[in-house]
Amino acid sequence: MTPEEETEFKRRRKSRNVVLAAVLVFFVLLFYALTFVQMGR
Amino acid sequence: MSESPALYLPTDWRDFVSLTKPRVMSLVIFTGLCGLLAAPGYIHPLVGFVAVLCIAMGAGGAAALNQWWEADIDAGMKRTAGRPIPGGRMRRTDARDFGIALSVASVGLMGVAVSWLAAAILAVSIVYYAVVYTIWLKPRTPQNIVIGGGAGAFPPMIGWIAVTHDITLMPVLLFAIIFFWTPPHFWALALFVQTDYAKVGIPMMPVVKGEASTRRQIIAYAVLLLPIAAAPWFIGGTGAVYGAVAMLLSLAFIALSVPVALRRAGPGDAMKPEKRLFAFSVLYLFALFAALVADRAIYGQGVFA
Repeated sequence: MTPEEETEFKRRRKSRNVVLAAVLVFFVLLFYALTFVQMGR
Repeated sequence: MSESPALYLPTDWRDFVSLTKPRVMSLVIFTGLCGLLAAPGYIHPLVGFVAVLCIAMGAGGAAALNQWWEADIDAGMKRTAGRPIPGGRMRRTDARDFGIALSVASVGLMGVAVSWLAAAILAVSIVYYAVVYTIWLKPRTPQNIVIGGGAGAFPPMIGWIAVTHDITLMPVLLFAIIFFWTPPHFWALALFVQTDYAKVGIPMMPVVKGEASTRRQIIAYAVLLLPIAAAPWFIGGTGAVYGAVAMLLSLAFIALSVPVALRRAGPGDAMKPEKRLFAFSVLYLFALFAALVADRAIYGQGVFA
């Protein structure tokens, strides 16, 4: 892997991790809120 | 290194997003949301949001599975050659796994949070698109678009059932509207990109049965669409606002189909009537479903009452 490719590798890995973390946080909050809605049904 | 970057570089997250066909998804979200808003009954806003999210996730999963299966076909067509897999930016198996994960998550979440009947129909719609349409019938029959139209017709039905938890005539009619709308919508497109489909051996109607037959079938479906689009009004499921909009839009659809049906394209033809019909067909569906929701808001919530 060339140095440019390695930089690109790290950039993509980091951005994927950030997006995945955001998706996970979104679903945690969604399930938290859904639990209250379901209890109120 | 000579191999594709997909083999040693992680796929950019944007490529996973594009694998879900976001532009197609916008229509899916819109029709699903309209089905949900037009249905009689109450749904908690958060549960309604989850229902639409699940419809979108299911559509995205099915789109990813479609691109996993059709990567070789996509590589041979100008319109699709830049997609993540043929573009060499994603491993094929990653697309398959992403598609399965998204599909399973959408059905599970729909079942847990909304209703298992809606989840079951969502599962049927994903299998219908990814297996029955993509794998089985698309490469085998020129009726592929008629069959594939069924897959796109599920979202408003699922949205409706998420509210009512019941399958009645109205959600079936919403399904029928998109089912009969899809062939003229897609064949108008296929008429002006037919050389691409011919190249990769997909039996699109214009390739197999010829242009004249496709043009006749476009007008036949456009005429059939009128009574089907107006049927929710005929059976008393909607008010006159929807009925009037459905009649006007469907008449315009027929009017734009007539020049497409009556002409033959010559060499170097700009295909203007076909492009116009295709563009109008997208507007048609948006406007028709918007009218459905507006009708419910006007009559159902007492604006005219």
